[in-house]
Amino acid sequence: MKSVMGGNALRIRAIAIVCLAGLLAACGTSGDNSSGTNTASAPGITATTITIGSTQPLTGRAAPGYSEISPSSNAYFNYVNDHGGINGRKITYYYYDDGYNPTNTASLTRKLILEDKVFAMFSALGTPTHLAVVDYINSQKVPDLFVSSGCNCWNDVSNHPYTFGWQPDYTIEGKILGQYIQKSLGGKKVGYFYQNDEFGTDGVKGLDAQLGASSVPDASRQNYVPTNTNIGPQIAALKASGAEVVVSFSIPAFTALALLGAAKLGYHPIWVVSNVGSDVTTLTGLLKNFSKGAVGGALLGGMVTDAYLPLTGDSANPWISLFKGIHDKYVSNLPWDGNVLYGMAQAYTFVQAMKAAGRNPTRASFVKALETTKLSGGPGLAPLGFSSSNHLGFLGVQIYTIAADGTQTTTGPVYTSSDSGPISQYSGSASTPPANGIP
Amino acid sequence: MVAVQSRLDRLVRPTFGRHLLFALGAAVVLLLLSSQIGAYDDYNLTAVAIFAVAAAGLNLLTGLNGQLSLGHGALMAIGAYTASLLLKDHHQFPVIVVLLAAVLSTGVIGIGFGYAAARLRGPYLAGATLTLAVAIPQVATRYKSIFGGESGLTVAPSSPPDWLGADFPPERWLAWIAFAAAIVTMVLLANLLRGAPGRAFKAVRDNEAAAALAGINVARTQVLAFVVSAACAGLAGALLAYWTGVTAPAGFTLALSLQLITAIVIGGLGSLAGAVWGSLVLVFVPLLTSGMASRLSLPSSVADNLPLAIYGCILVIAMLVAPHGIQGALRRILAYGRARWGNTPGGGQKGVVDWDDPAPDT
Repeated sequence: MKSVMGGNALRIRAIAIVCLAGLLAACGTSGDNSSGTNTASAPGITATTITIGSTQPLTGRAAPGYSEISPSSNAYFNYVNDHGGINGRKITYYYYDDGYNPTNTASLTRKLILEDKVFAMFSALGTPTHLAVVDYINSQKVPDLFVSSGCNCWNDVSNHPYTFGWQPDYTIEGKILGQYIQKSLGGKKVGYFYQNDEFGTDGVKGLDAQLGASSVPDASRQNYVPTNTNIGPQIAALKASGAEVVVSFSIPAFTALALLGAAKLGYHPIWVVSNVGSDVTTLTGLLKNFSKGAVGGALLGGMVTDAYLPLTGDSANPWISLFKGIHDKYVSNLPWDGNVLYGMAQAYTFVQAMKAAGRNPTRASFVKALETTKLSGGPGLAPLGFSSSNHLGFLGVQIYTIAADGTQTTTGPVYTSSDSGPISQYSGSASTPPANGIP
Repeated sequence: MVAVQSRLDRLVRPTFGRHLLFALGAAVVLLLLSSQIGAYDDYNLTAVAIFAVAAAGLNLLTGLNGQLSLGHGALMAIGAYTASLLLKDHHQFPVIVVLLAAVLSTGVIGIGFGYAAARLRGPYLAGATLTLAVAIPQVATRYKSIFGGESGLTVAPSSPPDWLGADFPPERWLAWIAFAAAIVTMVLLANLLRGAPGRAFKAVRDNEAAAALAGINVARTQVLAFVVSAACAGLAGALLAYWTGVTAPAGFTLALSLQLITAIVIGGLGSLAGAVWGSLVLVFVPLLTSGMASRLSLPSSVADNLPLAIYGCILVIAMLVAPHGIQGALRRILAYGRARWGNTPGGGQKGVVDWDDPAPDT
């Protein structure tokens, strides 16, 4: 999978844009980094291109929804390329299908680094998959940006100085979801349904920190492994435990299975679902698919979840109109949903980071720039928190609810936190996109 | 001239000497090759060597002894987890110790399972080995504190020894380890198959009653085949742990077992060379198909699934064109050439090709 650019017309336009960008840069105002000539300053960076790569579940059990992320990032990169690129360099984005299998991730990551000679890894998806390669990527001193997973394992500056997370980690998410349950659903019996890996257990850690580990008995703590789609017993156990609120740290396919399993048993708790497993469009499709058309999105009515990006249905938000416009022009074959927004927002942060690193970055100077420059966070509800001691990106989320017709409504302010610190209300205002949509 | 010929005969005629010479040749070729190619090609060749070890073991069991196993992926998992547990928490063990431990642990489990397997035939045996493939990854997720659950155990790479120089690529070092393991395995298996056990394996496969009448202990032969085969899978699993850098249940699904069966069927049932051909197909064809799919600008829903579809088509065509696998096809061509242009060794009748069995077992 790679972005395909070709044809003379495109090339001429590309040259024109490069010249224009050069002119603009020459009379630009942004200081020392934007003048000078482009050099091949690092592997994967030539005078005219930046090559980056990723491993993604394009097929297999994690593919529903997530397979849209990398084409969407690529759409934003194509948009940037069509508007002059980054300092005149075009972005080439290779993304390969690992089928969510760590063995494949290992070999494809080596292909990207050794053969495709990428400058950086970008948006590689999955906790078990990326854990397989994070040591290798760091041993090769390749920047490993914005892992598509909320595991706090990416925030390990001493062992993995080249790896950066992006989305809020699952423990922070668990804490803020727990706070909502305390405040708005107080007194109800709570149960957990979570994926039996770092994703689920990190989320439960946050929930327990907020709700108190003793408030949820063992019978109300049910987990699943993604290789086993039979989750009937767990849902029956949750029903038997009398849980009125079920917090689900699950990938979309398993959120849908849980909802269907509960509906089949006539069990209708209030579902509180982690951000990664709650995309309305993806879930609606899965529900229809799994139930052979018998039920659809109506089953999502009343679901509580959280977001760190604006809602896809919020057309008044300037970020949404920017990205929706790019979606309609470049990847209209994909549904406009949270995964598309996710991919584009990640790509936006990457372009921001590239610009911050100056005209001719090396791998080391690029990482340094990411740690020292205060990035705005683009569409994020709270700013990015990268520093030399923190490699987690967004630290703030906002609760929202989903109605039976799919309408999403935010409730309450944006809260920020860290794994061990207290929850605090974020008081800053949201940023607005630059006029041309490029940082 | 005659004296030289006879001396050469004395060296080459004994099976072990011939196998050793062949192994030496292969080692030299692989050493030279691995130093000429890039790190990524070394990395892929390592995968070929790893799969060749596992496929050779499976081919002994299925191709030569007639026992179908759908559980070899799980046996590889046992080898991989043995290696990963040894190397857990940054423990340092020499590679050879780790590999031998994996062979041993998988061999022991192979004895237990071999006894059960020896009582089962055909689809029942397939079903029993299928339980292995399904159950073993679940054990890893159930006992999370030991096996690391879904995210598995990370394995530190084996760093090249100092005398190779600081710049020596770790991929090439791992390739050398895997080549050495594959060559040793192949020599040992080739000798085993040339001797009495090999003949017993085939006799049991072809007719159990006749084999028993000829004085062969059928059950013991089947258990032996299973243990040897399991030990190969264990060795391959341990090498795979080094190769991947992580041992996680998702890497050892049923698909891995089926891939191994694909390898021996495509490569040629019942021959060690077939295992190598099959492994080459297993590693390089998917690389080729993903490259092909990426050159076409297709909607992602098509492009994402295209590599798998092309891979499937290649397998179907391969089976139609070469039903005896690659090794069978090569033998057939060779036999045809000999029949056509004379020089038929082994007393074969000139001009006659046995089309039904062009692939006598090695």
